[in-house]
Amino acid sequence: MTVESTAARKPRRSSGTKRAAGAASAAKAAAATAQNAEPQLVQLLTPEGERVESAENAEFAPFVADITTEDLRGLYRDMVLTRRFDGEATALQRQGELGLWASLLGQEAAQIGSGRALRDDDYVFPTYREHGVAWCRGVDPTNLLGMFRGVNHGGWDPTINNFHLYTIVIGSQTLHATGYAMGVAKDGADSAVIAYFGDGASSQGDVAEAFTFSAVYNSPVVFFCQNNQWAISEPTERQMRVPLYQRAQGFGFPGVRVDGNDVLACLAVTRWALERARRGEGPTLVEAFTYRMGAHTTSDDPTKYRRDEETAAWEAKDPILRLKAHLLATGGADEAFFEGLEAESETLGKRVREVVRAMPDPDTMAIFENVYADGHALVDEERAQFAAYLASFEEGH
Amino acid sequence: MAVEKMSIAKALNESLRKALETDPKVLIMGEDVGKLGGVFRITDGLQKDFGEERVIDTPLAESGIVGTAIGLALRGYRPVVEIQFDGFVFPAYDQIVTQLAKMHARALGKIKMPVVVRIPYAGGIGAVEHHSESPEALFAHVPGLKVVSPSNASDAYWMLQQAILSDDPVIFFEPKRRYWDKGEVDVDAIPDALHAARVAREGTDITLAAYGPMVKVCLEAAAAAAEEGKSVEVVDLRSMSPIDFDGLQVSVEKTRRLVVVHEAPVFLGTGAEIAARITERCFYHLEAPVLRVGGFHAPYPPARLEDEYLPGLDRVLDAVDRSLAY
Repeated sequence: MTVESTAARKPRRSSGTKRAAGAASAAKAAAATAQNAEPQLVQLLTPEGERVESAENAEFAPFVADITTEDLRGLYRDMVLTRRFDGEATALQRQGELGLWASLLGQEAAQIGSGRALRDDDYVFPTYREHGVAWCRGVDPTNLLGMFRGVNHGGWDPTINNFHLYTIVIGSQTLHATGYAMGVAKDGADSAVIAYFGDGASSQGDVAEAFTFSAVYNSPVVFFCQNNQWAISEPTERQMRVPLYQRAQGFGFPGVRVDGNDVLACLAVTRWALERARRGEGPTLVEAFTYRMGAHTTSDDPTKYRRDEETAAWEAKDPILRLKAHLLATGGADEAFFEGLEAESETLGKRVREVVRAMPDPDTMAIFENVYADGHALVDEERAQFAAYLASFEEGH
Repeated sequence: MAVEKMSIAKALNESLRKALETDPKVLIMGEDVGKLGGVFRITDGLQKDFGEERVIDTPLAESGIVGTAIGLALRGYRPVVEIQFDGFVFPAYDQIVTQLAKMHARALGKIKMPVVVRIPYAGGIGAVEHHSESPEALFAHVPGLKVVSPSNASDAYWMLQQAILSDDPVIFFEPKRRYWDKGEVDVDAIPDALHAARVAREGTDITLAAYGPMVKVCLEAAAAAAEEGKSVEVVDLRSMSPIDFDGLQVSVEKTRRLVVVHEAPVFLGTGAEIAARITERCFYHLEAPVLRVGGFHAPYPPARLEDEYLPGLDRVLDAVDRSLAY
């Protein structure tokens, strides 16, 4: 992908050990070990595509007992099309059609697995990278591109798909999700709410406050953290000293670490957490342990801060290849299926390209629209003044 | 007759009670608003009568209070949140500015944000640090927010209900040193529009424009000036976003002089905006430059100095004299 040759670069961690020994660095090393040791996580499908049974997954496996081979092909299709859309958007940014793009490459399983666990009446609060979840909610993927092209700040009506607008300020939406969930509980509804955020966002005060509020009000919200290991250039060691999912314990609700590259495990764990919420058992923290294969956004250059070896190790855990291996090994899909999907991907990519290029700039006077619901004298005044100013050019002809 | 004499605090309490009775979607949220009834007792008795599901004691986390209020508004509720003191609003400032103010615009109008943020503000009660600030300009500067402040019991009663009815987020600044001032409230009246300025005292020589806690000071200044034969008009702006420039213009075109008075620091404050706009609108009517009286570009001082810091009768009258001397 975007990773250039880094053969000459020293492993990042080696420079850290050069610094002073002693208690501080020992603690640091211990923290790093806690973060980077092969984590205990819920996995149902190995990187080789084999179904596994274990003590860790026994509680969760029943939540996907109903998943048929056809369902598996559906999950595979979701991930492939999402990746294709994402790749197309990245290309469109490189071609100057988008001002910025935040790629989800590598995180398809976390997003499709959790997204497909949701019911229509559940409500989703995404960050700005949840393109796969948007796909699951039925939001037309081209609608996600308006904000990155610079024609709007949203581009879809959140109330239609119960999929809130992307939130760019890190972690803010976890509080909105909590408040919304408080409302769901007040309404006596059995809907659930899911809030997406990243490992970097877990450092934000708002996320801690969301944990506090949801715990004390026992709100039906699932905090779905995609730990993709990097917050732009900051590794998880710069965000935390204990594994992220363990944080939930301090707030009084369960936390689970799931293999974020295993779509089946993500589906199972999210269903489990959503059911807890629906039963009135309050919030859950799900840490989907995954990896951002590309850059943070198209403005970022990951070759400056991470090693090829690390990326290569995660490539071997690719969520799509894993399910493909499983489908092939079990006879769940044949070549015709994969070929058909390839053709569908190309059609999607073509449509995305065409729609983006045809996206009109907004009308100039849209600047003044929807600033207030009830109107505002100053906005009215400035709108009239600016309209008169623009009109003055036309009168000049 | 439905005219009752009550304090501003009581008027606010009655207003919240009315809003809770009228609309089951109205919620009160904040630190200590339940059993205690708020540190100023503005929510006194409300939890007892409306229950813990409507009058919600929250964790001690301002960003959380406003952030969850946003989520509740998305679910169809109309939260009225209390920030305990002016200086404590800043942990919530991010949620207010980056989220609450912009949600309606970002959603191209598909989402409404009927959230009221009540903030007891300004000085004069001998409090410690962070309990006496006037940050209204910081909020009025933000597109998407509306900012108001009542100066009397009737406005306290009516403006708060109007703010709760508004589909826009309203920052509702309550002049805490006036909480115990009493006035008549006609609970059957048809109130003034929420963002309309009101002539609090008629005069012909000069206009004093103020809002919130400084309206009373200006009325006292006008009374003192009258003894010297000066006719001072006092305009209670009531709203800092939007500002009723049309209403103020009428007064200034009559008196031809304007002094703006507020507690907040003068530099880049509400008075600066008013001076600029009124100068633009009334350039040929003005006999003197618009003058401002307000706080200094310094942190709010310790309580023993606040009488010197806060604009009082003398500083307002001094500005009146300076304006009339042109």
